[in-house]
Amino acid sequence: MNFPIYLDNNSTTPMDPRVLESMLPFFNEKFGNAASRNHSFGWSAEEAVDYAREQVGRLIGSTSKEIIFTSGATEANNLAIKGVYEMYGSQGNHMITVTTEHKATLDACKKVEKMGGEVTYLSPNEDGLINLAELEAAITDKTILITIMYGNNEIGVVQDIRGISAIAKKNGILFHTDATQAVGKIPVDVLADGIDLLSFTAHKMYGPKGVGALYVRRKNPRVKVTSQMDGGGHERGMRSGTLNVPGIVGFGKACEICQNEMADEAVRLSAMRDRLEKELLTMEEAYVNGNAEHRLPHVANISFKFVEGEGLMMGTKDIAVSSGSACTSASLEPSYVLKSLGLDDELAHSSLRFGLGRFTTDEEIDFAIDHVKTAVNKLRDMSPLWEMFKEGIDLKSIEWAEH
Amino acid sequence: MAYSEKVIDHYQNPRNIGTLDKESNAVGTGLVGAPECGDVMRLQIEVDDATGVIKDAKFKTFGCGSAIASSSLATEWLKGKSVEDAMAIDNMEIVEELALPPVKIHCSVLAEDAIKMAINDYRVKQGLEPIEDDKKHY
Repeated sequence: MNFPIYLDNNSTTPMDPRVLESMLPFFNEKFGNAASRNHSFGWSAEEAVDYAREQVGRLIGSTSKEIIFTSGATEANNLAIKGVYEMYGSQGNHMITVTTEHKATLDACKKVEKMGGEVTYLSPNEDGLINLAELEAAITDKTILITIMYGNNEIGVVQDIRGISAIAKKNGILFHTDATQAVGKIPVDVLADGIDLLSFTAHKMYGPKGVGALYVRRKNPRVKVTSQMDGGGHERGMRSGTLNVPGIVGFGKACEICQNEMADEAVRLSAMRDRLEKELLTMEEAYVNGNAEHRLPHVANISFKFVEGEGLMMGTKDIAVSSGSACTSASLEPSYVLKSLGLDDELAHSSLRFGLGRFTTDEEIDFAIDHVKTAVNKLRDMSPLWEMFKEGIDLKSIEWAEH
Repeated sequence: MAYSEKVIDHYQNPRNIGTLDKESNAVGTGLVGAPECGDVMRLQIEVDDATGVIKDAKFKTFGCGSAIASSSLATEWLKGKSVEDAMAIDNMEIVEELALPPVKIHCSVLAEDAIKMAINDYRVKQGLEPIEDDKKHY
């Protein structure tokens, strides 16, 4: 085993060697600009991009013409949200999203508010799923977009996408989903799922960083977004800028591999994830965050009460994971996603996120189980809160000398 | 975030973890921080009645590595000090010794507060007035 063991695949994934291989010729041999129409350098680049566009589209059940390449999911979210606001502003100025979205969505929504729009932020239930009745109740005659992520990056919860899209369709509202964590991990089909706009990125599915896409529906309804990057009119005028040919080729290959291997991979990863989770939950006061049923196969988010996340990360330095702890950021605020589920700050501070991936082995999971257990026990031995808990003292009854 | 070697050493080999009898008149207890802030420190001192010297110090901390190291270091420094000298420990001395980055200065502040709170708890048990400190943070 190589240390530290990488269990942070929700942040990014290592590139699959097959993807790297597919990209290499496009750096020096076939380096052409896909927009050059006058010579073979341009033609071969364009051909490679067209092929990749097919591969990318196929993975989400779309046609290649509906794929707009971007620099990643953040740009795709920005293009979808701000682009819809600008394109459909005459029909209404209201959007609906959820408090557990990625910052790329939340901050794009804040920008919309600054531009004069109105945004409703739904709170999820304790398990991270949204209440469809609340979604429906939030719709007004000014609502032009519902943007709700497919699978959550911190807790892995998968929303009822078809339930949401049915509500959107019934009310004549566009539906955008940030499917960054879901595409390539679970089946996503824009037609069956009723999705109008969908953001995703290559580097979460064993492709390169710096390339992603926005799916923009062309039929029933035909959707348009106002470009946020002006220039040469690439990507049907919705996203100008010379195409990142090697990145796009790698993205295509990554999509093809996921399409072929996703089903088996999901079975293998969820078995490992379940084993990790089951073992860690044998410890006292350990809790799974988020709905355990409607969930991505490779994610586990667990709170270990009475230990603090950053201290825990320091004690688990042989594995690379994420924490909901405040201390990992300068803000001293714990994860807003976990807080949105109604978790006490102390439980939010005490969480670890495990993101398994294509290259995770059983041996690594065995190691991670022991490593985390040892660290939690060590930190509990030095935790005054654990001692109080063991003495039966209710921590809520204590008047804390807060800062 | 990169931790200093001293922080890592205190985290891996914390000094003086434990619990003293908080009911004893010779023991002062300071409990600072709050679970929702991600840091709770409990620092205890046991004072020799005859000499006024701190003969034992123990801590337990819920928090990040810097918080654990700050309280571990504090117990090291407290042992053998007179109560008066202990009162003079300044959080910036902890910052310097552990090379804490700016975002972790609050950990040293917590440790200083815990020391002062423990001393005052001891003083009150001894029938003395608590010492008011302008620099009190909690």
